[in-house]
Amino acid sequence: MKTETSSIWKNAIYSGLISGLICLLVMLVGLVESFGETYIISGLITLGDIILLIPVVLMTFMSLRGSSNLPRSNLAGISAIIGLISGFIISLLVIFGQTVDLRPMFVNASPKLFEMVMRGVPLPLGALVPLLTCSVAALLTLGIHLIPARPRAAVIQGLLWVVVLGTLRDQILIIDLFKIQPFAIVLKRVVFAISGLRPLGAVLVFAIVTGLMYYLSGRKKDPSVIKSPIVVKRNRIILIIILGALLLSLPWLLGIFYSEILDTTGLFILMGLGLNIVVGFAGLLDLGYVAFYAIGAYTMGVLTSPGHGLFNLSFWQALPIALFAAWLAGIILGLPVLRMRGDYLAIVTLGFGEIVRLLVLSDWLKDILGGTQGIQSIPPPIIGAWKLNSLPLLYYLILISIIIVGFIAWRLKDSHLGRSWMAIREDEDVAQAMGINLVMTKLLAFSTGALFAGLAGTLGATKLTSVYPHSMTFIISINVLAVIIIGGMGSIPGVFVGALVMVGLPNLLTEFQEYRYWFYGLALVGMMLFRPEGLWPEARRKLELHEAENNIGPPVSNEPSINETAGAVQ
Amino acid sequence: MAILVAKKVTKRFGGLIAVREVDLEVRENGIQSIIGPNGAGKTTFFNCVTGFYNPEEGEILLEGRPINGLSTDRVTKRGVSRTYQNIRLFKNMTVVENILVGMHPHLRSGIIGGILHNRKTMQEEAEALEDSLRLLRFMGLGGKGDLMAKGLPYGAQRRLEIARSLASKPKLLLLDEPTAGMNPSETQETMLLIRRLRDELGITILLIEHQMRVVMGISELITVLDYGAKIAEGLPAEIQRNATVIEAYLGRGSAEGVTAPTTPPQPSGIAPSS
Repeated sequence: MKTETSSIWKNAIYSGLISGLICLLVMLVGLVESFGETYIISGLITLGDIILLIPVVLMTFMSLRGSSNLPRSNLAGISAIIGLISGFIISLLVIFGQTVDLRPMFVNASPKLFEMVMRGVPLPLGALVPLLTCSVAALLTLGIHLIPARPRAAVIQGLLWVVVLGTLRDQILIIDLFKIQPFAIVLKRVVFAISGLRPLGAVLVFAIVTGLMYYLSGRKKDPSVIKSPIVVKRNRIILIIILGALLLSLPWLLGIFYSEILDTTGLFILMGLGLNIVVGFAGLLDLGYVAFYAIGAYTMGVLTSPGHGLFNLSFWQALPIALFAAWLAGIILGLPVLRMRGDYLAIVTLGFGEIVRLLVLSDWLKDILGGTQGIQSIPPPIIGAWKLNSLPLLYYLILISIIIVGFIAWRLKDSHLGRSWMAIREDEDVAQAMGINLVMTKLLAFSTGALFAGLAGTLGATKLTSVYPHSMTFIISINVLAVIIIGGMGSIPGVFVGALVMVGLPNLLTEFQEYRYWFYGLALVGMMLFRPEGLWPEARRKLELHEAENNIGPPVSNEPSINETAGAVQ
Repeated sequence: MAILVAKKVTKRFGGLIAVREVDLEVRENGIQSIIGPNGAGKTTFFNCVTGFYNPEEGEILLEGRPINGLSTDRVTKRGVSRTYQNIRLFKNMTVVENILVGMHPHLRSGIIGGILHNRKTMQEEAEALEDSLRLLRFMGLGGKGDLMAKGLPYGAQRRLEIARSLASKPKLLLLDEPTAGMNPSETQETMLLIRRLRDELGITILLIEHQMRVVMGISELITVLDYGAKIAEGLPAEIQRNATVIEAYLGRGSAEGVTAPTTPPQPSGIAPSS
């Protein structure tokens, strides 16, 4: 028993050290200071404060969850230790930083940061402030932890919403819908301040969300009431109509800033759907996927741009040609390359992506493709009397494309061809032994993926009204890959979720731009550790990766056959 | 009449001759076995027949037409199907999907049909599903169609692999150690099953096997390989008495029945028949 108690304290000290070190990291990369003026609750709490305290809260929460059967006094002790140690480490940095100038080594260790952490209190006493804030954060976590499960979930939701709404103040007020009275007056006078939420607004948000969540979690589903199929079908139709209406009105409700984000996200969804066929369905790792986007975009540019003056086709005339070009590029690249497997294929496609980018940049093709300048003034698509020359209008074109491409991907997944792709992904040799023509089947996956990327390229070119080589970098290929990995390999809804999280969200949080890849890396590492199957995984993928938990491995066979047959012949 | 004829088939890996001038005839509607110590070239020979390897010399004829040099998928389409020594199912696909992949050579619908779901495609898919379920029931896997292949117990995985190889409606079925790792009762069932495949479905069967009880129990003709070359061929009773074979398995001297084998009997006991 004694060893057990001592190990509890040892673990608490470890957790405290870890959270303290993460706090240091967060401070020294400049996250805390950057958001020191971004208020969550006006005049009280900044986003910087929250970011600084998140490690403490999370580590406390994790430690408490791991030792829930201990008496409360012990839990309080654990929380206090974690809070105090984290605070102590921060204080050390502050004292050290005030005496020695750390900035030659850590650019962000500025006096302003220290002042923030000490909340304006000067030094001798100020060094105690981090101790205090961290302990309060840890003990508050304990307080929340001790609430019974149902209200606890509601309280956590309420707090999260306060933080999220406070952070997103600017992004919410920019929404067109909220510029209309009475929304505007309520939001500006009651809920939001110049930066973040008003204290009253924060209380309101917390109360409303907590109350609502508490109410919703209390509604029990009565299993004895089985809805008739007709009702289920009617509900589904109503849901689809509402969803459809929402999708159609989205650019007008949200405004131009959001239309841009929606369009960009949409293009990544299109590419994600295509790459998902190649990587997710058929298991062919393609790292040069941006090449097909580039081919679609450049074909569109060359064929339509009047500044270029070579062909002057309209968008609709050029579209099939551009799609064909991308598709053909898929076949031409695929034919020699698809005999390779795994890593080799990845490297070759990576090279292909770079070749396309360099060709586009080259002097050799400068007359046609415009070199670094790219191709300008690509005309918008025209439907009848409508010119689709604005972001909200282009949104509809992208939406329709996504619906068509999504439908094709969905149908193919469960088709005879989809099964062949899956078989190749599982075991190439055996798939071939089942009579599947590997080259043909892989080519179909590769060229279909290329076609979809080409479509995204044509739309991307029209959206920007220009194409230039610097938008065709390797990082785009990686972004699309990240979209489908985060969403869930082989999962079609996963592509949508992945694009929203990996493309939509970063574009929305413009003030985080500087730290974009910081969070990007964090998200990828975190996902691979805690949820490798993705946010919206395909059902089978989930089974695949959580095999150990489900414990469904085949039982080991009984005994080696040698012993029992040895004498059997006699 | 012979359905499969191999004439002087030789397969080399660098300096190693894995299969050396092997002649083999498989009679239509027969059950034949290939046996031999580990590394004798049995599986390599299978790989040559199925087109996974291209033999350097010799000729392989299926129903009188050459199949050596064809790719694996072509050979499958000509009516040869196989299972593997170490089970190679599509583990993360369901049982019924495994069978449906096996039906590949008989499915005609392409990419357009798959997208548009035209009547022909839907009809074909429905029939394929029905056929798979029937096949699963035949193999004693009825009701397991929606399970993940890797979730099946070992014996059922073996049967599923055979079922998958049957889905292409082969004329010739190559079974690579179908009873490996099975207990006596499972082995017994498998032997009965192999007979049923021949008797009820009319499939010619060529198997590699180490369990002598199985080999002697069901084979009509046995071919013995050692160091890649054919060292004997004949009826089970003849093979059991063949001195060269016993020597290959137990080492020199054993054939006379005088000295005890210095090495442990490798796969199982071809003991001098008592």
